[in-house]
Order: sequence, then C-alpha cells, then structure tokens
Amino acid sequence: MAVTVRIPGPLRRLTQGEGELQVEAQTVGEALAILRQRYPQLGQRLFDGEGQLKPFVNVYLDDEDIRFLQELDTPLTDGAVLTLVPAMSGGDEKVAKNGREGER
Amino acid sequence: MTRGLIPEENLPMLTQEEILRYSRHLLIPEVGLKGQRKLKAGSVLIVGTGGLGSPASLYLAAAGVGRIGLVDYDVVDETNLQRQIVHGTSTVGVPKVESAKQRLLDLNPDITVETYNTILTSENAMEIVSKYDVIIDATDNFPTRYLLNDACVFLGKPLVYGAIFRFDGQAAVFYAEEGPCYRCLFPEPPPPHLVPTCAEGGVFGVLPGVIGAIQATEAIKLLLGIGETLVGRLLLYDALEMTFDLIKVPKNPKCKVCGPEPEITELIDYEAFCGVPAHDHLEGSAGAQWDITPKELAERLARGDKIRLIDVREPHELEIVRFPGAENIPLSQLPERLHELDSTEEIVLICHRGSRSARALDLLTAAGFRKVKNLRGGLQAWAEEVDPTMVVY
Repeated sequence: MAVTVRIPGPLRRLTQGEGELQVEAQTVGEALAILRQRYPQLGQRLFDGEGQLKPFVNVYLDDEDIRFLQELDTPLTDGAVLTLVPAMSGGDEKVAKNGREGER
Repeated sequence: MTRGLIPEENLPMLTQEEILRYSRHLLIPEVGLKGQRKLKAGSVLIVGTGGLGSPASLYLAAAGVGRIGLVDYDVVDETNLQRQIVHGTSTVGVPKVESAKQRLLDLNPDITVETYNTILTSENAMEIVSKYDVIIDATDNFPTRYLLNDACVFLGKPLVYGAIFRFDGQAAVFYAEEGPCYRCLFPEPPPPHLVPTCAEGGVFGVLPGVIGAIQATEAIKLLLGIGETLVGRLLLYDALEMTFDLIKVPKNPKCKVCGPEPEITELIDYEAFCGVPAHDHLEGSAGAQWDITPKELAERLARGDKIRLIDVREPHELEIVRFPGAENIPLSQLPERLHELDSTEEIVLICHRGSRSARALDLLTAAGFRKVKNLRGGLQAWAEEVDPTMVVY
C-alpha cells in the first residue's frame, strides 16, 4: 500500500528537513520500520530499545491514534496518511520552578 | 456540546457602559445579553504571561471575562516583545503579571485582574486553580503542564492547552469530566535533552498569536456552553504549510490520573517525573563543580592552556556570532558524535546562555568524561564579563 507519512516541524531535523514521505507498507509497523532504516535518528526518537513506541511521540493513522487501533499491527490502506505527533513544550517563559527556566 | 460552566441563576447585570462596550457580542444570538452576563460572572486562570498568554489574556479581557488570574514569575525583557504583545517597550524590566495587568485594565477597566507573581508548584497549584472556572495552559515546560493537568483533573476543571515550537502549534481542551486529559494523549514527557524551548529553538512571532487566540476562543465557549470545543480533539497547526489538522484524542482507560483505576491521586514531584536534573540548569549552570566562569576561561586561554572549546549551538546561530576558536557540535548531534571527543582532553562546552551546554555536559559525564566544564552563562555571560564587543541575542 502506498501511504504518506507526515513529519511535523519539530521532528524534521531528524528527516533532513523532509515534511512528507512516501512509503510502501502493509502495516503501520512496516511503514515505521522503513522510516527507521531511512532516518536512524528518527527511529531513535520513535522507538525504545525494545522496539516499543515511546510514550511522548504518537502515531496517527488518518485522525486516529494507533494505540487505540491495533498499534503497530494496524493494517494500512492505499492512500492512508500517517502523522507523527510529538509532545511539544514551547509556549513561553518560565513559570515553573526548575522547569526549563535555565534556557535563558 | 460541552455544558456551560456558569449557572444561569443570579447572573450579574450589565451597566449601560458595558452594554455599549459589548454591543457586538450582544448582537450575536449565541452570546446575547445572557451570554455576556455569563462572561462577566466567569473567571479564567492563565498560567504563563508570554507568547500564548499575551493574546489569550488580551482577548479574554476585551471579551469581558469578569475575573482573570495571571501566573508568572518572570520579568519582561527585550527578546519577549517580538511575540508577547500584552507587554511593551515601556514595561521592560517590570514583572510580567504587573505589565500584563496594566495593559488589560487599560483595555477593559470593568474587569478584575488577579496576579500571582510566583512559581506554580505542587504546594500552591490546587489553591490557585480552584478559584477559577477555566484554566489556560500557556506555559513553556513539561513539569508545569503535567502539574496543571493533574490539578485540573483532581479539581474537575477544564484545561485549555496550547503549545508552540518554531512554526508548529497544538491546541486542545483537556477536561476529564467529559473527555481525555493531557496524560491520555502523552502519558510521559520526553527526556529533557530532547526538548528545545523558545529560548534555544526560537519561535515564529505570530505563531503564539494564532494558538493563544484559539485558546481564548475555547475558554469563552466553555464559559458560555456554546459550540463544539476541542474536548477529545487535538488541533495541529503548521504555519509554514498553512495547514490545520484535527485528530482524535480518546480517553485512555489506562490513564494513570483520570482512568478508572488511577495510580496518581495527588500532586507529585513534577521535576523528578519529567527528569529535570536536581542540579537544575538555573542561570546556565551545570552545578558549581562542573562550571567555569567566563573570567576563569579567559585567563586560562590567555595563559595558553590547551583547552578544546566545543560550541553546542545550532549552525544557524553561528551566523549571528561565533566564539573564537570553538568547534561546532550541535547538541542535537552530540550523542552520535561523541567519538569525535577525547575524554583525556580538557573540554569546555559553550552555548548561548549556558543551559544547552549544561545538558551536553550531562551527556558527556554520563559517557565517562571527567575533564569537561560548562561555560557558565554561555556567550551571554562572556559578552557581559569578558568581551563587551560580542554580539548578544
């Protein structure tokens, strides 16, 4: 199945600036394995040492979180869109003790 | 539809001046006189008076939300003004909550603005949050996000979330009474070294305007009980591509805080949970024994000591200013490029303000390096203490 993977801005430095990637895969796990091979740094961001998805980057098939589908075994259909959604901090300024206030 | 948070009984009356001021709201049937009276009775807490809190607070004040609380402990500085539009050149150096209060009361003297010039902590969060109908998360860091999320779950308050990075924004409403909480979406935060903030990653100035205005929209809808809020949905905004996407956020039955069998039933130590090191990188320090001050470094370089200088900033920052004699290994590449460093050499790590280099130092010490120091306060401190001709940013 030909699917599109959308990479949001915060993760694009791990894909050499690419925001949209095309892959051929039958399942979400296969699609992510291809990404991992192509962009090892992105792979490290997505997966822990045991090959499990990390809890601070979510993977969406169209508008649904794969954790609530069949996770990495979720089958893909032609033209499906996978979107990576990272936890972002951003916002502004320091309001919490020891938070990220040292960034100044 | 989310039910309205403001009961319809005993709503305050509007004065003639208020009827004039809000006439464009009164003409919309979804708001109308009753809705405007609900806004007058309503209260919103805005945590963070920066990029997101600026537009959110301005629109809520203009809309006539009767009581607005502001939490921040920072003061306004010049680098804020590119996006923090509630502040001004005349309030540089003023505590942000005071600066914002002045501007909001100038915009709308009929409202009440309560300020908390303080750090939000596990000790004070429940008390402050409990006093408001809607909470806006306009913070910049994971410990406060999780703290606010948990406090809102425990108190049954809706939390209007916003986050930004460079050109990307996210917004949602986390309201455990009716849908998921932030932990349902992201059970755990990323480790600190993977988290760039505005001060080091930068932020496109208009971006928080868009996300902060969406947060204000959602807060007003929650107070009025109109429309479809972002409960159970996450909005993804990409300003470069100009795309808005909505994805579903289901309630996670295994959620540790809002699930049926919660593991977390009171506020915890959020710094520990988020892995923020105990020797916090306050003022660009890695802890006294790991720091070298700009003066010490200048003296040692002048003596001709052999020190390898590693600038861990991103390459585009080098275009603004370079540190003489430093090699560049961006923090983001450091884990893969550790082999380029030799633990027998003396190394000084440098960045803009000393905190990325402190994180780089954590990486190096974890890899067994011992002869490594952090330039305390970074290039900023170097410019202040050693070389006043150096460009600061």
